[in-house]
Amino acid sequence: MSKKFIVNLMLGALMLTGLLQATGGVKDLTGAGATFPYPLYARWFDIYHNETGIQVNYQAIGSGGGIRQLLNKTVDFGGTDAFMNDRELAKSPENPILHFPTCLGAVVITYNIPGNPELKLTPKVISGIFLGKITRWNDPKLVQLNPEVKLPSQKIVVVHRSDGSGTTFVFSDYLSKVSKEWARRVGKGKSLRWPVGLGGKGNPGVAGLIKQISGSIGYVELAFAEKNNLPYASIKNKHGKFIKPTLKSISLAAKVNIPPDTRVSITDTEAPEGYPIASFTWIIFYREQNYGKRSYERAKELINLFWWMIHQGQQYNEDLLYGKLPAPVIKTAEKIIKSATYNGKPILR
Amino acid sequence: MKGKRAFKLSLIIAVLIVAIIFFAAAISLTLGSLPALKEFGWKFFFSKEWDPVSDRFGALPFLVGTLLTSFLALIISLPLSLSISILLGEYMKNGRFSSTVKSLVDLIAAVPSVIYGFWGLEVLVPFVRNLEIKFGIVPYGVGIFTASLILSFMIIPNTASLAREVIELVPGDLKEAAYSLGATRYEVIKKVTLPYARSGILAGILLSLGRALGETMAVTMVIGNNNNIPKNLFYPANTMASVIANEFTEATGDIYYSSLIAIGFALFLVTALFGILGRYIINKTTIKIAK
Amino acid sequence: MKGIRLRILKDRAFKFAIYLLSLLSLTPLFLIMFYTFRKGLKAINLQFLTHLPKPVGVEGGGISNAIVGTFLLVTIASAISIPIGVWAGIYLSENKRSWISEFLRITVDILQAIPSIVIGIIAYLWVVKPMGRFSALSGGIALAIMMLPIVVRNTEEVLRLIPPYLKEASLALGVPYHRTIIKVIIPAGIPGIVSGILLGISRIAGETAPLLFTAFGNQFMNWNIMKPVNALPLLIFNYAMSPYDEWKRLAWGASVVLILLVLAGNIISRMVAKKWKVQF
Repeated sequence: MSKKFIVNLMLGALMLTGLLQATGGVKDLTGAGATFPYPLYARWFDIYHNETGIQVNYQAIGSGGGIRQLLNKTVDFGGTDAFMNDRELAKSPENPILHFPTCLGAVVITYNIPGNPELKLTPKVISGIFLGKITRWNDPKLVQLNPEVKLPSQKIVVVHRSDGSGTTFVFSDYLSKVSKEWARRVGKGKSLRWPVGLGGKGNPGVAGLIKQISGSIGYVELAFAEKNNLPYASIKNKHGKFIKPTLKSISLAAKVNIPPDTRVSITDTEAPEGYPIASFTWIIFYREQNYGKRSYERAKELINLFWWMIHQGQQYNEDLLYGKLPAPVIKTAEKIIKSATYNGKPILR
Repeated sequence: MKGKRAFKLSLIIAVLIVAIIFFAAAISLTLGSLPALKEFGWKFFFSKEWDPVSDRFGALPFLVGTLLTSFLALIISLPLSLSISILLGEYMKNGRFSSTVKSLVDLIAAVPSVIYGFWGLEVLVPFVRNLEIKFGIVPYGVGIFTASLILSFMIIPNTASLAREVIELVPGDLKEAAYSLGATRYEVIKKVTLPYARSGILAGILLSLGRALGETMAVTMVIGNNNNIPKNLFYPANTMASVIANEFTEATGDIYYSSLIAIGFALFLVTALFGILGRYIINKTTIKIAK
Repeated sequence: MKGIRLRILKDRAFKFAIYLLSLLSLTPLFLIMFYTFRKGLKAINLQFLTHLPKPVGVEGGGISNAIVGTFLLVTIASAISIPIGVWAGIYLSENKRSWISEFLRITVDILQAIPSIVIGIIAYLWVVKPMGRFSALSGGIALAIMMLPIVVRNTEEVLRLIPPYLKEASLALGVPYHRTIIKVIIPAGIPGIVSGILLGISRIAGETAPLLFTAFGNQFMNWNIMKPVNALPLLIFNYAMSPYDEWKRLAWGASVVLILLVLAGNIISRMVAKKWKVQF
């Protein structure tokens, strides 16, 4: 009978795939999360596939998604630009989640106005725009900061992220540090209650919208702005200097003491030449890798990949406008990766 | 008769599976939404706050977004879909041209919604933006109006095909009676056909509305994803479906996650209601006409 | 009698308006087709169909993984929904008036009305969460739930049209009931059933929303149904929203492939229905 036949066929197919999984080696890993380092990760995993034959499927669904999916154990590792807070970490009490940074990035303020000049912005003006208090491009505060630029008498269209995003976290973390009003009215987080503006999905979505809308302003990762030939602003840092986001000014911002769990914010940096909206981006994973019927081979492949990311992988960072990890940070990351276990025994020695 | 029994049993099993899928879906959605509904109560649907930072959620902005886009789309599409159904049901009942138009209308329904969204994003959004610049509105381009335009086109086939069927079913003797009294075609359509086909058209409208309420991709791509209540029709917003598409995989808090499922559950109930209502009217109409 | 001229004028104006509005309602379709094909055809070549997408900044690349993924998803969805759907459809046509049938019809109608995004949530809750991973299987199940009501309804309607004397003749010859259904009724209805299945397939092949949290996407080739896969609509969505021209090019090309696929499904379905139509 046709029905029986189809059912048998289905069962057969299921069993076959099961068998394949049991016998063959681990050929693929799945990760999900931050869109901020996505261009770098896409390049890394392409190279890694060519070198080792391992397919690392990374879906850029946003940092919030990376955390959610790791907690749900639907992925092997998560990516996030916002380190998990203590409340989030407490959701996995029996098997702690570890962080290690993979690269440094900067959130830049990008815009689309005629001629696309290079603007200078202060923390006050930035928070004013994103709070919806400065609504026109030729607002006196903007004109005063940029006397040499002819600013249009256009309405400012604020573009922000629509998804839970580490880029948003970094940006709002910065704004909360520099603006009391922002801290009170909006706060910091991966998703916010935005006072104004429209949302684009992912860094690509925001960059896409800004490219399309004249008079828009938004925040994206440096590489996305650069790749799309979008202009970006110099920002006045804590030291009173206007700093343009460059690889150098980003890595200068990272000259801070790294705590052992690497969860540290480097926005509004003390460094005199440091760009104020910079951040690490992290990979998150479970310390004990024997969970949910995972094989030792799988855990081993995952840890090998991590090791590759903080060593061989680093040479590709600057090509794509991500800062390399400073040497002390790599040391800390090594320690963290080595602390991963399978059945309580360390995977890497 | 063992074979007969086994066969009947297999039929029943298939029926059971379908029923189980339906009930299990309803139960899963209910269970998934409980945490949010417990936390916020009925206020969940009347609060306009959607704040993941402090874990407070209200679905009002999305209800408003969904209702605005759906009804605006319906208003735009109704004259168009009715015209097509009158064209096919009255003026061009047969012939090659008529079947071409029919196939084209079917084709509108067949094109995947993600392609409507893509086209909307690339062509319609810049077009609307230029209009907005001309009229001195903030030129978002994306927003309720753009989403409604795309939607209005996508739902044409739903109303058009149902309305056509009912118009074709209008008894010929009724119309002939009117003609013999000297009525023009326009008068016949207005006074005989349309009133007679009223309920079928209503059913078509309900089905279109159901489609519009739940449409996800095309809307998500052009609506602008703003979680506040839109200030006007050109403002970016979010619908119930689009907020789920945007935020479901990344909702970190349990209440956040549950709130999104609750929105899905509400969507399920509303579309189910429209579906049943539409079908009920169709059944009643066809029986009436068949008599 | 009002002025006959005025009435004739009104009649003409109305006819004109109907033609004009009908034309207007079809215009966007032409615009969309034209634009998609103009943008997309350029992108399509052999490499496009046989290669994987490249990372940002690297030229070229194709959508082979998405084509394979869509194929996998549709196969899984068909394998689940066709047997159940056809069988439930037979039940409905055989037991037209029973309360179970009445009830089932309502159920099927509601299932058909559920928005695709909600079906995505259901498949996530049922498959992804318990299994602990995104997979082609979960995507296939989501699509199966969408396809099921189409198959049930269509099968029922087709079988209803088969004249009762066919069945009566077979039963009168002493053929048992279940063999009558399998050897007489189903073969007589098969063109209609197949065309309904094809319609269902072309409907689900273009669905994106249920795949967002199930099939998930994958930039590599994958044939394993327990792993995440890419799909044509998913790829179009992800790349359409990106700011990279190279990825948009891939998205337009994929749109053309998807439209052709859906069209082929529709056309073949119609041909099947016409060509094999059993005349009674």
